[in-house]
Amino acid sequence: MPKTILTVDDSRTIREMLKAALIDAGMEVVQAEDGIHGLEVLETCAPDVIITDINMPRLDGFGFIEAVRGSEKHRAIPILVLTTESTDDKKDRARRAGASGWIIKPFDPVKLVSAINRVAA
Amino acid sequence: MDTMAAIKQTFFQECEEQLAELEDGLLTIEREEGDVETINAVFRAVHSIKGGAGAFGLDALVRFAHTFETTLDGMRSGRIEITQQIIKLMLRSADVLSDLVRISRDGGAADEARVAQMTEELQKACGIEPAPAAPAAAAPAAAPVAIEPVEGAALVPDEFGFVPTPVHFDFADEQPEEPQVDEFGFAPVKIDFDELLAEDASHTEGFEIRFRPKPELYAKANDALRLLRELGRMGEMEVTCDYSSLPHLDAIDPEGAYFDWTIKLKTDGTEAAVREIFEFVEFDCDLEVRPLISGFVEAPEEAEKVVKEVLAQVAAEEQAEKAVAPVAAAPVFEVKPAAPAPEPVAAPVQEAAPAVAAAPAAPAANAAAAASAPAPSATIRVDLDRVDRLIDLVGELVINQSMLAQRVMEAGIARLSDVAVGLDDLEHLTREIQDSVMAIRAQPVRPIFQRMSRVVREVADMTGKSVRLITEGENCEVDKTVIERLADPLTHMIRNAIDHGIEKPEDRIAKGKPEQGVVRMIAAHRSGRVVIEVADDGAGINRQRVRDIAVKKGIISPDAQLTDAEIDDLIFAPGFSTAEKISDVSGRGVGMDVVRRSIQALGGRISISSRPGQGTTFTLSLPLTLAVLDGMVVTVAGQTLVVPLSTIVETLQPKESDIHGLGEKARVIAIRGSFIPLIDVGAVLGYREVEADPVQSVAVMVETENQSQCALMVDAIIGQQQVVIKSLETNYGHVFGVAAATILGDGRVAVILDVDAIVAGSRTEMARIDANRKRNAA
Repeated sequence: MPKTILTVDDSRTIREMLKAALIDAGMEVVQAEDGIHGLEVLETCAPDVIITDINMPRLDGFGFIEAVRGSEKHRAIPILVLTTESTDDKKDRARRAGASGWIIKPFDPVKLVSAINRVAA
Repeated sequence: MDTMAAIKQTFFQECEEQLAELEDGLLTIEREEGDVETINAVFRAVHSIKGGAGAFGLDALVRFAHTFETTLDGMRSGRIEITQQIIKLMLRSADVLSDLVRISRDGGAADEARVAQMTEELQKACGIEPAPAAPAAAAPAAAPVAIEPVEGAALVPDEFGFVPTPVHFDFADEQPEEPQVDEFGFAPVKIDFDELLAEDASHTEGFEIRFRPKPELYAKANDALRLLRELGRMGEMEVTCDYSSLPHLDAIDPEGAYFDWTIKLKTDGTEAAVREIFEFVEFDCDLEVRPLISGFVEAPEEAEKVVKEVLAQVAAEEQAEKAVAPVAAAPVFEVKPAAPAPEPVAAPVQEAAPAVAAAPAAPAANAAAAASAPAPSATIRVDLDRVDRLIDLVGELVINQSMLAQRVMEAGIARLSDVAVGLDDLEHLTREIQDSVMAIRAQPVRPIFQRMSRVVREVADMTGKSVRLITEGENCEVDKTVIERLADPLTHMIRNAIDHGIEKPEDRIAKGKPEQGVVRMIAAHRSGRVVIEVADDGAGINRQRVRDIAVKKGIISPDAQLTDAEIDDLIFAPGFSTAEKISDVSGRGVGMDVVRRSIQALGGRISISSRPGQGTTFTLSLPLTLAVLDGMVVTVAGQTLVVPLSTIVETLQPKESDIHGLGEKARVIAIRGSFIPLIDVGAVLGYREVEADPVQSVAVMVETENQSQCALMVDAIIGQQQVVIKSLETNYGHVFGVAAATILGDGRVAVILDVDAIVAGSRTEMARIDANRKRNAA
């Protein structure tokens, strides 16, 4: 069964890029525009992996991850964070928020799929 | 269009939106109406542009956006005090960013000097001395790629407190060929891992990996099993699991971690590749990776058995966890702290409890705060062609409906019959559909107003004047085409207002005015049209000078008696330019006549009013749409024509006594004491040779380009009607006197008159007829 990925990003460009790469890899994609929207979408679908941006209006990535990890229903969903810089600090911040892993922007489609495979069987 | 090109287009569309949001936010802050969320939104706009630009390898854009973002972050965190001066700097930076976006999209060369200067100013605002001398030593010297400081990248902690390392991979210098861009448009950074990891490459049969997950690993939805599977893809492996620390079932913490794995992996892969698999869990486990020189168990079957066993075990563990988790998740946190002699595992749970329990609270608070923030409005993006096709079809529907109505009427069906009533309903519905479809194309004037604020800044800078733009009614909606074609005229009007209208600061002070001039742009809907006012509080029109120039240029005769309004109107006359020398600002060889013409091409009108010492106001009145037109349907020599209603001043039945001959051919009509040229539309368009008798005709008074009036002679007026405009230019090119065509209710095609052309043409036409007649007579 194809994996379903929920992408949460306020940038349409990034959402479209993720979608193109993920669909190319045979996955299904559900999109949300910010953290609040992401939580709403989670009520209607059960993605295998969530990919989320950090800087977003209304509810940012950290808040979103905390909310997912605090939810009984969704806490077991692996979450990958999209980050612009591959610095330890940023990774650490994502980790502390409860992210399973990260993807560095601009992302390479191969690395993207490999990251997903590492967090979701 | 391939996917990547489509995404790139999305990116540029999004950039436009972000830029608008950026400017909007900055202006809000400038008006001191902003809050924390405004600054956040401004920051996000620049951050988003940077993110997308990075994906497309738009380096110059990324670099500038980064510097800009750093300064904005300083404002956001309070490190940089928000002053009017800083906001001005931000606004100018937004202009540069906008230019860079445009250049990235359309090509062309960036104004390097301006970008560099802006970058420097931004860095200064951050309290950073621009340091091009930031020595290469600051960068890791051993890296195998050319590293140089990013121009202007400010070394300031970003939102995560991270100080960016100023590295810039310059392929152009380093490699003769362009970096390969793959199908996704990614230009990979070429780092030679084999070289970097030469030691590993030297190499071993494989690795012995010790992997001991911590509870945190599971809490982040990571999974030991999956990691082992990924590892298994690298080669054969022998996995042993030490589960001696697994407590008795009663004591198992479902969120605990008890296994200690040792993996012997036979692989050609590097240590880095192995570590990459564990990259995400690095801090949530104990991990040791040692090269394996010998001692690998060459017993594939045996190994496979072990792996299978272990995997089965992991699966069982996972299942147990899943089974317990839902029950345990909430209640566990309520474990009584006073429980006697707590199990050893209880301690971590209690510790974890407040942290986990607190987690939902924080987002809830965030959500509450967010509730007040505007939610993104639900929109869909539709290709403009589709909308236009829909508009076209609705146009056909309107025509069809009116044809049907006419047929029914002609068939003598009673007004109250079911058919007629049903037809009335159809008419209402059609009108509603038409309005709704037109509304799809309607867009607020906001983006264009925002562009004008940039024009104001630039012109104010250039002329050394201090000017503030105040806008009102940005939400007023107009057809997209109208908006697009408004940019140039408005830009020109704003330039004029600042260059010629607003006085220099010292002059203003001398006149007792505030030092800062004000330009107001106000949009409003008035009786089915959009009215845009551009008003300045400058010196007003210098009528004496305008008059002198007009006389000098031969636009008026020296003894002409003109009212103030007529003098003001002279600035729209072709060939008029008040600037004694053409300035950089409003010069460029374009006068207000061009502005008037482009507004009229949109079916609009422009007028001016000015009060000496108090300023000048230009008023534009525009149709809401270009797809339909209110017209007067008339007949001329058996032809049905449509005269645009916007040009008509009045209609009247000429009296014999009012008609006067002028010279051999020309005639004028006297209306309320003034003489107005009389033009026979039939003769000008060549429908008839001999001019009709004015007394038998109807005179339609129209106002032209230069606001002079003319009376068009037509045979009869049929009525007023909204018509759908159908362009003829694709098939017929430009035809004299014809603006477009439409289809009337009876199915006939009617030509829509180009009134200005007919008025202008009638003069030459008269001259031609006169010449012919004289030739014939001779």
